[in-house]
Amino acid sequence: MYEGAVQDLIDELGRLPGVGPKSAQRIAFHLLAANPADVRRLVDALTQVKEKVRFCRVCGNVAEAEECRICRDPRRDQASICVVEESKDVVAIEKTREFRGRYHVLGGAISPIEGIGPDDLRIRELLARLQDGAVTEVILATDPNLEGEATATYLARLLGPLRLRVTRLASGLPVGGDLEYADEVTLGRAFEGRRLLEA
Amino acid sequence: MRTSNRRWASRVYLRALSLVDFRSYPSLDLTLTPGVVVLRGANGEGKTNLVEAIRFAGTQDSHRVASTAPLVRDGADRAVIRVVVVREDREARVELELTPGKATRARINGGPLPRAREALGLLRTVLFAPEDLALVKGDPAERRGFLDDLLVARAPRYAGVRADYERVLRQRATLLKSAGSAGRVARRGGDLGTLDVWDGHLARFGSELLVARLELVEALRPLVDKAYAAVAGTGPGVALSYRSTVAGSRREEVAEAMRAEMTRLRVAEVERGVCLVGPHRDDLLLSLGPLPARGYASQGESWSLALALRLASYELLRGDGGEPVLLLDDVFAELDSTRRRRLAELVASAEQVILTAAVGADVPRFDAVAAHDVAAGTVRRVN
Ligand SMILES: Nc1ncnc2c1ncn2[C@@H]1O[C@H](COP(=O)(O)OP(=O)(O)O)[C@@H](O)[C@H]1O
Ligand SMILES: [Mg+2]
Ligand SMILES: [Zn+2]
Repeated sequence: MYEGAVQDLIDELGRLPGVGPKSAQRIAFHLLAANPADVRRLVDALTQVKEKVRFCRVCGNVAEAEECRICRDPRRDQASICVVEESKDVVAIEKTREFRGRYHVLGGAISPIEGIGPDDLRIRELLARLQDGAVTEVILATDPNLEGEATATYLARLLGPLRLRVTRLASGLPVGGDLEYADEVTLGRAFEGRRLLEA
Repeated sequence: MRTSNRRWASRVYLRALSLVDFRSYPSLDLTLTPGVVVLRGANGEGKTNLVEAIRFAGTQDSHRVASTAPLVRDGADRAVIRVVVVREDREARVELELTPGKATRARINGGPLPRAREALGLLRTVLFAPEDLALVKGDPAERRGFLDDLLVARAPRYAGVRADYERVLRQRATLLKSAGSAGRVARRGGDLGTLDVWDGHLARFGSELLVARLELVEALRPLVDKAYAAVAGTGPGVALSYRSTVAGSRREEVAEAMRAEMTRLRVAEVERGVCLVGPHRDDLLLSLGPLPARGYASQGESWSLALALRLASYELLRGDGGEPVLLLDDVFAELDSTRRRRLAELVASAEQVILTAAVGADVPRFDAVAAHDVAAGTVRRVN
């Protein structure tokens, strides 16, 4: 244990995903030794991200305005929505250039272990977007792991009664994986080969 | 162990073992030879640690502990196990890096693998150790683990099925628990709304695992009976039967039975907060003659039966092609002289057998052995 401020910093860093106690300590001492201007830039970036960045009120993607860049773009196809777990998945899919519709970011996947149920995800918002009948296809692009599959199955059943084409990305994505880490070609192919789900 | 399977098996052995910060070894480079390898040393000098490392290189888990933390030398951040496996005339270098709290990383011939799991199956081992008495005397979990380990050794893709099944179980049990407590306090809407989804997942992976176990038990049955007779001499025959919470032997049938049973037991499951249906509740029943082995077999019979299970696994893997490496940790001391002699005869024909013995303990004579002394973190060839 270190004294006061240093230990506080180590504790805070240690709470970040992927940062263990050893790395937290290494980063903390790196920052202690770094020159003040560099640290200031980091502090500014952190402050800005919390002040400026918001979540799109339509799709839940990160945005710098009320609505994100994709939702504001009139050239995007209004008839299809791609449902993903996180904003980073939007980035991954955009890279493939296979999809011209809009997105819906759930904010995670169903996982009782982590205390996440359907009510904790932006599912009500999704249903609201499907009310007026303008959307005709929903692509379920949750991660190809257990929780992602469970979420897709749950949504497929929920959307079953609506008159929609509900599809799931084709297999071929590494099982047990994370959409974010699938390479562009594989992800692009999974998009093309998406299959219809029967609820 | 001279059987007709022998000629199908290709020649596989371990040529080298290197360790960095594994258990009591800061660093070790050991050259190994085919045939019988003996590791001898006083208690606590690190013989089992070597056997554990070799087994880990094949299965990526330990027979002694569930997490990797105890495998990393006290004071070190991570451990490395490197083995060179010779198969026919080709060599593969498998390197595993173990970091507590993180996924194990694997390289084959220097190239990193996206998932360590992909290195499973390159080195197949069968280990017989004193702990194996629990296969006969212990809880059903010991025998389920025995079957599942063997499934993975035969077809590494079952590592994925097993991991998925265990994860679905945890997810579903957590949901049942929270639904149960929510029911008593204030029922929140939709809590059980996703249970159907998890039921489906549990039936899907559970049926796959269960059907594979049933097929495995069929394949093992004659081999265990034969191995028991070979070790114990004549005696009552061994019977294996798989006891399950659900009926059926085909995938669809079992999945359907699981779903029906979950529906039937829903109230009990929510009340108790546990998953009551599926292969995680099953057992492999072992009997000698008319009596169950657990609770009835003598100490000697129990040892013979545990050994027969391992030798049958060895035969089965050998029959699949690709000789497994046989590891015998401190077991000769546990057997009476007749059983010891029989085991020695059986293993003499193995492509490679690595056995440990305490100083002074009796080890049967073999025609050719590579003998090593294990002491103070070093291993020295002595002949
Ligand atoms: N993570 C570890 N770090 C350092 N030493 C360890 C570690 N795990 C086990 N040991 C040491 O290894 C020794 C046991 O080695 P083991 O292979 O079981 O002995 P044996 O030769 O009797 O089979 C013990 O002295 C124990 O303290
Ligand atoms: Mg030992
Ligand atoms: Zn948006």
